[in-house]
Amino acid sequence: MSALTGRPPRRGPRGILPWLAAPALVVFVCFAVVPLVGVFVLSFTTWDGIGAIHAAGLSSWRTVLTDPGLPHALQVTFLVMIASWAVQTPLSILLGTFMAGRQRYRAALGVVYFIPLLLSSAAIAVAYKALLDPNFGLGAGLKIGALSKDWLGRPGLAFGVVVFVVSWQFIPFHSLIYQAGVQQIPKSLYEASQLDGAGRIRQFFSITLPQLKYTIITSSTLMVVGSLTFFDLIWVLTEGGPGDATRVLALDMYKRGWRGSQMGPASAIATILVLVGLALALLLRRLGGRDAGESQLEGA
Amino acid sequence: MTTTLTRTHRPEKDTRRERQRRSRPAARRHNWAAGVAGWAWLVVVAIPLYWIVITSLKDKSRYYASNPLVPSGDPTLANYRLVIESDFIRYFANSAVVTVGAVLPAVAFSVMAAYAIVRGWRMRVLRAMNGLFLMGLAIPLQATVIPVYLLIIKLKLYDSLLALILPSIAFAIPLSVLVLANFVRDIPEELFDSMRVDGATEWTTLWRLAVPLTRPAILTVSIFNGLTIWNGFLLPLVLTQSPGRRTLPLALWTFQGEYGINVPAVLSAVVLTTLPVLVLYAFGRRQMLSGLTAGFSR
Repeated sequence: MSALTGRPPRRGPRGILPWLAAPALVVFVCFAVVPLVGVFVLSFTTWDGIGAIHAAGLSSWRTVLTDPGLPHALQVTFLVMIASWAVQTPLSILLGTFMAGRQRYRAALGVVYFIPLLLSSAAIAVAYKALLDPNFGLGAGLKIGALSKDWLGRPGLAFGVVVFVVSWQFIPFHSLIYQAGVQQIPKSLYEASQLDGAGRIRQFFSITLPQLKYTIITSSTLMVVGSLTFFDLIWVLTEGGPGDATRVLALDMYKRGWRGSQMGPASAIATILVLVGLALALLLRRLGGRDAGESQLEGA
Repeated sequence: MTTTLTRTHRPEKDTRRERQRRSRPAARRHNWAAGVAGWAWLVVVAIPLYWIVITSLKDKSRYYASNPLVPSGDPTLANYRLVIESDFIRYFANSAVVTVGAVLPAVAFSVMAAYAIVRGWRMRVLRAMNGLFLMGLAIPLQATVIPVYLLIIKLKLYDSLLALILPSIAFAIPLSVLVLANFVRDIPEELFDSMRVDGATEWTTLWRLAVPLTRPAILTVSIFNGLTIWNGFLLPLVLTQSPGRRTLPLALWTFQGEYGINVPAVLSAVVLTTLPVLVLYAFGRRQMLSGLTAGFSR
């Protein structure tokens, strides 16, 4: 039959489709899903990172949950999260509004604004560590006493520096998101409210902010979940110090696991990190009322 | 989190028309708060960058005595020579191998998966796969490094570049599939129908129709993943050991450990490791910026 028509009779068998998705699935399962389950399993073992792994019941969890280091790490993690959110969000909205203007000079400024996005966290941290050095840094060189503090050597200051550097790195990203959000607000809303005699501040709170609702949720979700993974920046800047002042969960995991050779407790910390991340993502999704990305996929 | 992702595919014409509408004279309003923030931010961003560049060109012995914000009278490249002589060519090559070696398969696999998920939405297997990938977006994958480390040891890949490539591919897949699926979904059904009438298999349709039509998204996703992997720090820190396997961010960190007091040298290393990305930025700013936000905006 097919020889007669000169064309194979099969009309695009859909059975091939799952095979097209198979490579992505295999890699993702091997190096993300299996490790995700593995981190939970490993939290019930003892392992020094080199030798054999032994089952150890709940001992890792007991170690971790009774260690005052855990509430401290959780507290630092949430403080970094909240402080960097509170600094970044208003500034990103302002800058996004600024960038949404059509003036040509703003586009030129934009070229500079986005450079921090290109640098690796390691490069940014290395540069700031040099810049903030109390003896050889920028403040010391300018001989301004107020600027030549031991920025990374005192707990309160080091925390502030971490929040500042995080904001320096990520505000450009979030202003890009807000820029797009602001550009999508229909101009007619402002014109109508102007006719009604609404002032600028009134307009901002009753038009701009409500219209940016989903943008704010997107940006906040990325900030909050992203803040759980500030490993490299903090590690290079302070190694969690001084003392434990900037020891967030991710650093706590690394230090226990690789510096302290206690992979069991480190896995328990990692499990907590996963749970915190999931809980926050779900919470923010509920605040958003819906997940457009997913609902669109479902409706396809 | 994915709220605006769905908007990525909106044709650019719309926004352009909207911008024109907005530019009517009636819209001339001065937003002082945003203006002040805009100029203040320029200072906050530009001063450290300026300081990094001019300091990297200063002579080490004269750095400490000079005003840090005044460029050197006779700039020197000696610091850059020191950095290059410290094996940075090799670290550069390592980073390049890992980035290219991970981005190509990650994007190819993601295009295939996105195509399958959109075209085979009726199949439960594929919907389940999609759900799995979406879950990957909500979880800080860095938290899985301990089992990844164990897995890499068991596979006898510890301290190799392949050890960095494999997890990097896996971590890149969720967002790539999500963004690409949104674009594949925008391809008109009639085009698929006409491919089918011509007797094309799904495999041919994927490469002849879907890939050419989603090229902008493929570029976007490649840039985003490329930058993430190029700048990655945790995986190289945990999965490699010998200096010969260092990637640039890790090398930068160890270089500061060794030469910490030599500020000009450390800063030239910072500039040098960023240079390739800056060159790309100079040539394709628009694509880079949309890649940086991976379709989160617009």
